[in-house]
Amino acid sequence: MAKGSNTQIKEKQTVGQNIAFVILCLLVVAFLYPIIFILINSFKGKFYISKNPFALPNSETFAGVTNYVTGLTKNGFLSAIFWSFFITIISVALILLFTSMTAYYITRVKSKLASGLYYLFTFSMVVPFQMVMFTMTSLADKLHLNTPIGMCFLYLGFGAGLAVFMFSGFVKSIPLEIEEASFMDGCNPLQNYFQVVFPILKPTTITVAILQAMWVWNDYLLPYLVIGLSTKYKTIPVVVQLLVGSNGNKDMGAMMAMLVLAIIPIVIFYLACQKYIIEGVVAGAVKG
Amino acid sequence: MQKTLKRYFLVFTLPTLVAFALAFIIPFIMGVYMSFCEFTTVDNAKFVGVSNYVKAFVGSNSFVSALGFTVKFVIVAILSINILAFALALVLTKKIRGTNIFRTIFFMPNLIGGIVLGYTWQQMLNAILLKYQTTLVSNSTYGYWGLVLLMNWQMIGYMMIIYIAGLQNVPTDLIEAAKIDGATSWQTLINVTIPMVMPSITICTFLTLSNSFKLYDQNLALTAGAPMHRTEMMALNIVNTFYGKTGFQGVGQAKAVIFFIIVAAIGAIQLVFTRNKEVDQ
Repeated sequence: MAKGSNTQIKEKQTVGQNIAFVILCLLVVAFLYPIIFILINSFKGKFYISKNPFALPNSETFAGVTNYVTGLTKNGFLSAIFWSFFITIISVALILLFTSMTAYYITRVKSKLASGLYYLFTFSMVVPFQMVMFTMTSLADKLHLNTPIGMCFLYLGFGAGLAVFMFSGFVKSIPLEIEEASFMDGCNPLQNYFQVVFPILKPTTITVAILQAMWVWNDYLLPYLVIGLSTKYKTIPVVVQLLVGSNGNKDMGAMMAMLVLAIIPIVIFYLACQKYIIEGVVAGAVKG
Repeated sequence: MQKTLKRYFLVFTLPTLVAFALAFIIPFIMGVYMSFCEFTTVDNAKFVGVSNYVKAFVGSNSFVSALGFTVKFVIVAILSINILAFALALVLTKKIRGTNIFRTIFFMPNLIGGIVLGYTWQQMLNAILLKYQTTLVSNSTYGYWGLVLLMNWQMIGYMMIIYIAGLQNVPTDLIEAAKIDGATSWQTLINVTIPMVMPSITICTFLTLSNSFKLYDQNLALTAGAPMHRTEMMALNIVNTFYGKTGFQGVGQAKAVIFFIIVAAIGAIQLVFTRNKEVDQ
């Protein structure tokens, strides 16, 4: 019965559905327009952008990839792409490895210390960054953590709240019997963890990896405060803020090109693992 | 097993705990203490009692106008984002061609970082406003609605996905039963669908609430508070207090503590709401 009505609906789209389809298509254009806008202008000569920003480039205004070349070479954008990738990949790797171990320990061991730590990690999720911003930056400076590797270590500390929370939730659902068998076989806790538990955690590992990668990649205030503007370790958001946000003589063309270049890696990442990203983000929202 | 594992405490937790202590616990405790101090660096803190908290509310660059602007922004953002996202979710669960492509596109802006997003919108909105010989920062109303638009653009797709998941869990026989009883589609929506997706509505409301309330990157990129700090939200106001004028670091820290208390209170209320819902079911 239900199946029959389903196929009927699929065969014949009603008038209402067709209207909805047209409206949705218009909405898609509206949603993509800001990105189309910077894309169009990134191919125009820098003096033509403010004259007619909504026109497509024509033979007079078309500038080829000049803006991209300027954007990439002049402003240290190329090195920013490298450092963004470096910091994101190392931070996420550290977070996945160490917080999952921590979460496993504090979930499996029943002690006051373990549950105290669990609440502390959960608590850290509701504290806004501005609360610890100044004192954390000073501390990081004193301990010479104002390097890319130091940043990764700080991200491990900041990312720990959400990551431990999500891993703990999953560890609770793993039946103890599986691990007891491996202990009987003579595994020590570390062997047991890496051979038995960690592979089971895979779905949560993917979710945590996506959430943390997006956060670290897009984060602005932490790298800006810890590493600062003057060093060579700037990340993409810091460079964009520095160059696009500064007043004075702006190269509009290079600016548009840099915005496009900043968006491209995210779009590629999204299209490549769309299913995991949507699931991961939603899971993170519902739990956090 | 417990006993053997217990001896491995440091092996399993040390790296995380050291990083967590340095990045969060120690700065947090220092932050609470220093909100009662006058200082320019962490080494010259001088205890001054609650005067920073008083200065947070009175005098120049006070919190009050930023708080007002934030509340005004948050209310409009919550309503517009949730109504539009829910409407989109309703349409996209109605078996229309290309549903998956639509979902993919609407969700995408959520992944782009606030700074890049803010400047993209700034460029576009300024190009539009230029036709009327004005800019985004010439009037705080433009900045306000620009921020609302931007936030809608970023969050609608995200909330839509959560609403779609909620709508797909509504049993079809309930909807069919309502139809047989002669309910119009509007009546079905109000009396059957919406009560059934109440948990999703709660989640989305709190998500938009806390995300809009803590907004920083987008605010900085779009207007940076211009003109005259009138489009400055709480987070931006705090950062500007810290790094704008020397000698105001203590006031900035006191504002940050107040900000934290408000955010934590929102979290606590959310917890109560979701717990109550769980009991109902």
